[in-house]
Amino acid sequence: MAPTATAPTAPTVGERSEGQRVLAGLRAGVPYGVASLLLGVSFGVLARPVLGPVATIVMSVVVFAGSAQFAALAVLSAGGGAAAAIVAGMLLNLRFVPMGIAIAPSLRAGPLGRALRGQALVDASWALANRGDGRFDSEFLVGSTLAQYPAWVGGTVLGALAGGDLGDPRSLGLDAIFPAFFLGLLVTELRRPQARLVAALGAGIALVLIPFTPAGVPIIAAAVAVFLPLGPRR
Amino acid sequence: MTAVWITVAGLCVTTACIKAFGPVVFGGRALPTLLARVIPLLAPALLAALVVTETLGGVGRTLVIDARIGGLLAAAVAISRRWPLAVVVLCAAATTALLRAVG
Repeated sequence: MAPTATAPTAPTVGERSEGQRVLAGLRAGVPYGVASLLLGVSFGVLARPVLGPVATIVMSVVVFAGSAQFAALAVLSAGGGAAAAIVAGMLLNLRFVPMGIAIAPSLRAGPLGRALRGQALVDASWALANRGDGRFDSEFLVGSTLAQYPAWVGGTVLGALAGGDLGDPRSLGLDAIFPAFFLGLLVTELRRPQARLVAALGAGIALVLIPFTPAGVPIIAAAVAVFLPLGPRR
Repeated sequence: MTAVWITVAGLCVTTACIKAFGPVVFGGRALPTLLARVIPLLAPALLAALVVTETLGGVGRTLVIDARIGGLLAAAVAISRRWPLAVVVLCAAATTALLRAVG
């Protein structure tokens, strides 16, 4: 099957100025911004009765990590405490550790500047800024996140304020947006046979672990799949 | 109410630290050879896992087969036709909503 490309590919590092690369990232990030907006609305609708409208909005402004926010919300709605909610969110966020290590060599800044750029890490931007050879375009990554952050916050505000008038997010199918979104990103990564093998193993690891581990663990454990091509067959 | 604000503050601080960890600790130099070889494969591994957990994950440690699978199939069709991602996610949401409405 021919590989499909739903995402615009980023230009080679060094071809254009930093500002132009931020702008290119911003443009590439717009479709993901639309998805973030819809996800933000569903987070706002779901979180409002549990957190109240103010904390719901503040959380999206200061945390900006969708899946972690959904996980923490699930714990609090089930009557869990703050510690359990924070741990649940952290487990989902831990994937940003390998993602952050991956972008680290591509960051040209001091430690504080690198820490700040790291804050722009979100799944879509990370995947978009990936050059495929282990290098990342950090300006492109920042630009792409700039397209998604206002959408995530704006969507949350909309959902938290309009809330019930929008209807039940589940009956609107909004919970199916996330897997569709990640599938769209995944397909652009499958050009190499090695990547297909690793993706299949990663999916398998996650599937097997879901019933036995807290949310987030299956995703981090799937990262082990990257070592498969280093195995004895090579 | 207090638990809510502790959660917001705790997630804010831990998320910032987790996102800063890689860039601060591994920044500004080449990665160790082993890491450099496997890092390009991280995206397919993590994204595939995210597709699985977001499609089949339920509340708590449960596997759930529900209308999201229909939504994912619709997304796969939309992707194979090279429709834009915003359209892909809308197809998934609409299909899931439709399946829940009739189911």
